[in-house]
Amino acid sequence: MNGYLHLWLIPLLPLAGFLINGLLGRRLPKPVVTAVALLAPLASFAIVAVAALNFFWHIGPFASVLPYTETCPIAWISVGTLHIDFSFVLDQLSLVMLLVVTGVGLLIHRYSVGYMAHDEGYARYFSYLNLFLFFMTTLVLAGNALVMFIGWEGVGLASYLLIGFWFQKTTAAEAGKKAFIVNRIGDFGFLIGMFLLLANFGTLTFSEIATKLGQDPGWTGGVVTVIALSLLLGATGKSAQLPLYIWLPDAMEGPTPVSALIHAATMVTAGVYMIARNHVLFDHSPFALSVVAIVGAATALFAATIGLVQNDIKRVLAYSTISQLGYMFLACGVAAYSAAIFHLMTHAFFKALLFLAAGSVIHGLGGEQDLRKMGGLRKKLPVTFWTMTAAVFAIAGFFPFAGFFSKDAILYAAFQQGTAGKALWFVGVVTALLTAFYMFRLWYLAFFGESRSPEVHAHESPWSMLGPLVILALLSIGGGWIGMDRFGSFLSAVTGPTIDPATAAGGKSLDLILSAVAVAVALVGWYIAHSFYKQKPERPAKLAAAMPGPYKVLANKYYVDEIYGATVVKPLMLTSTYVLGWVVDKAILGGSAWLLGGLATFAGALLQRWQSGNIRSYAAWLAVGAAAVLLFALVPWATFLANFGIHLTMAGN
Amino acid sequence: MGTIDNSILTLILLVPLAGAILVALFPDRAKLPNWIALLTSLATFVLTLHLPFHYDLARGGFQFVVNKPWIENPAIAYHVGIDGLSLWLVLLAGLLAPIGVVASWNAIHSRRKVFFVLFLIQQTAMFGVFLSLDLMLYYGFWELSLVPMAILIAMYGRKDGPKAALKFFLFTFIPSAPLLVAILWLYARTGSFDFTTLQTLIAYGQFPAGPLCWVALAFLFAFAVKVPVFPLHGWLSDTYSEAPVALAMVVAGKLGLYSMLRFHIGLFPVQARAAAPYLIALAVIGILYGACLALVQRDFWKLIAFAAVSHLSLVVLGIYGFTFIGTSGAIYQILSHGVVDGALFLLLGVLYDRYATSQINAYGGLAGRLPRTATLFVLTTLAMIGLPILSGFVGEFLILSSTFGGVSRGWAVAASLGVILGAAYMLWLVQRVFYGPQSDLVSSKPPDDLHLGELALLWPLAVLTLVMGVAPSIWLPTIEQGVHLPPLITHSGPGFVTLTSTPMGGLR
Amino acid sequence: MNSLLSQQVPLVCYLLLSAVLFALGIVGFLIKRNLITVFMSIELMLNGVNLSFVTFAHQWHQVRGQIFVFFVMMVAAAEAAVGLAIIIAVFRARATLAVDRIDLMKL
Repeated sequence: MNGYLHLWLIPLLPLAGFLINGLLGRRLPKPVVTAVALLAPLASFAIVAVAALNFFWHIGPFASVLPYTETCPIAWISVGTLHIDFSFVLDQLSLVMLLVVTGVGLLIHRYSVGYMAHDEGYARYFSYLNLFLFFMTTLVLAGNALVMFIGWEGVGLASYLLIGFWFQKTTAAEAGKKAFIVNRIGDFGFLIGMFLLLANFGTLTFSEIATKLGQDPGWTGGVVTVIALSLLLGATGKSAQLPLYIWLPDAMEGPTPVSALIHAATMVTAGVYMIARNHVLFDHSPFALSVVAIVGAATALFAATIGLVQNDIKRVLAYSTISQLGYMFLACGVAAYSAAIFHLMTHAFFKALLFLAAGSVIHGLGGEQDLRKMGGLRKKLPVTFWTMTAAVFAIAGFFPFAGFFSKDAILYAAFQQGTAGKALWFVGVVTALLTAFYMFRLWYLAFFGESRSPEVHAHESPWSMLGPLVILALLSIGGGWIGMDRFGSFLSAVTGPTIDPATAAGGKSLDLILSAVAVAVALVGWYIAHSFYKQKPERPAKLAAAMPGPYKVLANKYYVDEIYGATVVKPLMLTSTYVLGWVVDKAILGGSAWLLGGLATFAGALLQRWQSGNIRSYAAWLAVGAAAVLLFALVPWATFLANFGIHLTMAGN
Repeated sequence: MGTIDNSILTLILLVPLAGAILVALFPDRAKLPNWIALLTSLATFVLTLHLPFHYDLARGGFQFVVNKPWIENPAIAYHVGIDGLSLWLVLLAGLLAPIGVVASWNAIHSRRKVFFVLFLIQQTAMFGVFLSLDLMLYYGFWELSLVPMAILIAMYGRKDGPKAALKFFLFTFIPSAPLLVAILWLYARTGSFDFTTLQTLIAYGQFPAGPLCWVALAFLFAFAVKVPVFPLHGWLSDTYSEAPVALAMVVAGKLGLYSMLRFHIGLFPVQARAAAPYLIALAVIGILYGACLALVQRDFWKLIAFAAVSHLSLVVLGIYGFTFIGTSGAIYQILSHGVVDGALFLLLGVLYDRYATSQINAYGGLAGRLPRTATLFVLTTLAMIGLPILSGFVGEFLILSSTFGGVSRGWAVAASLGVILGAAYMLWLVQRVFYGPQSDLVSSKPPDDLHLGELALLWPLAVLTLVMGVAPSIWLPTIEQGVHLPPLITHSGPGFVTLTSTPMGGLR
Repeated sequence: MNSLLSQQVPLVCYLLLSAVLFALGIVGFLIKRNLITVFMSIELMLNGVNLSFVTFAHQWHQVRGQIFVFFVMMVAAAEAAVGLAIIIAVFRARATLAVDRIDLMKL
């Protein structure tokens, strides 16, 4: 029946690519490395595409229906009552996600061939990239939480390796480490969530948990809330939400295609995916859901405000990514999981495009990332300019670009959730305004006006890099045309029903009004950016001078890194060094060991005096001893002492 | 069972001993002692490989048993045997022996003969500890494993060997004295040193409870120092700094942990249950304490020592949680820790060999100079911090999840925090040693990456950590056979103590 | 059967003599400085013990005591040989036989 579909090949092919390039890459000729590196994602993408054709349009060899499960016959961990399989599940959700991951992944692999062409670590780079795909597809396909955790930690590892790819740079190595450790804090939450699942449900398999939750309506609040919040902690780590977002901006130290693939399009969305995958748990806990929504909304706004004043082109995009992920969390928080996934998909298109285009700019300028030194690139990098334009319009949410549809779906879903939902909607709209502003700011600064560093001769990138840009531009334009209704109904088998505007409160007209508001807000943002950076370029500096306090706070990213450093890292290091290291370990424990040793030495020193070396003193002691023995043996002590009323008896008699 | 099955354990004990005698007899010329030691340790490893293939899983219990009276009075018997608990530990000891020899190949360049004689005696003693089922025999091997260690630390210490050796000696020999007294007390009461006999007698309440409590404590104390459990770890960092790599990789952990499982919990289930809450608390403190201190060490040997305190405390947590899954996880973690720590010691030994310092500050940017070392080091680090599909994760997950579900949520959460800190100190170490710009020390020496021999050791270990992470099902069924939880105690009226088997134990 | 000896001289005299010899030996051993004198004091103690052995053997009509005396004499002879050799060696090395000066056994 379904003997042709081998899900395990989807992750394992990139793994093979990793092994080949990782172990032999330095000895293989470059074309072979390239071929291996590209074939792995291509083959995975082909498998996914065949599956998609089959399940979307029923063209294909498989008669089976979704969800389609594949389990390794040998269990992974099996001890006592605990039994965990390597199991993969293909359903609507994982199918969409896989298409995004392997599709965008393939494009970015292709792009990287051009971008990394002259790097020493060419093979190493591609082996890491393939490793990332292995872990990411494992994460997506996972049928239980522990297999997902493999992918979850694994993508963190790939991200660590790729952020620190140029390990000679201290900042890059630091950023990689920071990413891994902050992610570990999130993973701690994921682990606790799994322990709770095991303790309460006795299983980690998603479908079984959903079944058990469905069977017993008594599962609300309490334990489920704690589980959901633990998982949320995991998600905030991976998806760079408050309060664990701090690693993502630093992660821009990695090569730009890596930022596009891992830190924009795929890995960082894993948190959203995980929440959608476990949405049954969240559905049973309104409190946890509202926390998700608040975290999402707060992050969206917070990151957008920081994005307003950043001057590094990649950092602007990084904060924009955090902000857009906040949108997705917001959608999850109002139980609009399909809208979240929809935005995840369109965001993957336009944000990958933004990063790749930014990469093309950086490449063209010989490594320059500072927006203040760009300008006037429209003519010099025409293809980059036009594709970037498509992405900027998409992220700003203009009709009919992809971002419009998904952002609209999220804002609409939020608006439907009562008064609190209206507040969330308002935050979303403000964020949309800010987003439009900082994206157009970037657009104007980079491409319009006069070049601010004329000594650099910008050159357009080769077509190996521009090809993926064009494809992604097309997707950024048309990726949303499928519409929320059809997308939602396709996912509804996994994520539950979506709100149908036709029947919901306010009807179709409300939907239209909200869309109009969102577009209008985006236009306002564009206008402000236009007036600031096109018409009167001196205005931003004036504004910053007029409000030095707020500007400084924003430019320094609210001092969050510094606050964490002062409240977490410093105290931990100081406590470890002084309290634990000096006081406890050296003084108390070492001291007591020293005291014991000292006692022995002291006793030895006392006894040593007997060992005078003087033969006659030895002899004297010998005589004293002999006398004592005689005295003890000959004198009838028992009788003697009995006269004084003391009776000696042998113990135990 | 065939004749080989009857004599295999004896052979495992005799071969390294014979090797030691051979090394002693032949002259200390060129690499002759090295070769004899390598061949004997390889032969021993091959012999240990016999065990998992011929252990009858369905039958369980002690197998390959030899039980011959040795001394009539006191009644000491040559009683050896293995079960699921000791089986893989014997293999691990067998695996680490040739690795230890190769690791000492160039590192030991004077008095090779003495080194290898003592090294092989130490191997014999380690096998003896794992195999003995007679308490006096066990005690003999236990002491024998300490003596060569102390001498070798004193002789081959890097900076201040004698001091570290003295510390090691005091910390490990002093607790052995109460252990001996306790063993003799048991003998005085029963006239037997036999493990199973004593186990039965204790289970049937043949001993007064008060003294038995002290006896159990004496056992526990000796083992806890050897592990080491939290406040008793004072010797470890000095020993790690000074001991030759081959010995440092076996000194901590498995002997003490195995002894806890076999002789503390195995003989004194009631007392072990009473002690468990304290040990769990100490274990969790140890996990966090070790991790915090590892974070701020400036010397990589000391860093690894505190990391070991942290990791071994996790195993103690699994052991004294008394859940079936947790104990299995703990045994698995002992194996994983043995392999991973072995690899890590080899790699640090390579660094020390090339650059002659263990100050982390002196390093930097090594990845550009020694790419192979860097790759393997990162891989080992990842296995150590419990990345899924590498060996460290399985045991860690089993221990933590069972602690969470079956023991205490609070302790489990606290112990899980160690996961974060574990990543922090190891990755920081990697970053400071391998990444960033090249330090003066690193750029001043010509790059001398891993040699063929070192690669031949490290790659198999790396593959082993991967296999242990992906397919723990190779090991776990046997380990499950070796898990014996202390029975739950239910007081049914005054004077009666009823022992019931625990629910998890029955589910196997 | 009382022996001629005991009739003539009471047993206690022998034992007294033996005790006196032994005590002289001890005192000599403790107060004399010359190594050879110390050595002779040891011999004196041995002979004191020998005398008591012989006395008791005679008193109880047992031959064991006599046999012991032979053992002791043999040991004493061997000791004399070895001891004197050591003394000569010490004298050669340190040019003195004062026991106070020979304190190398100190830890």
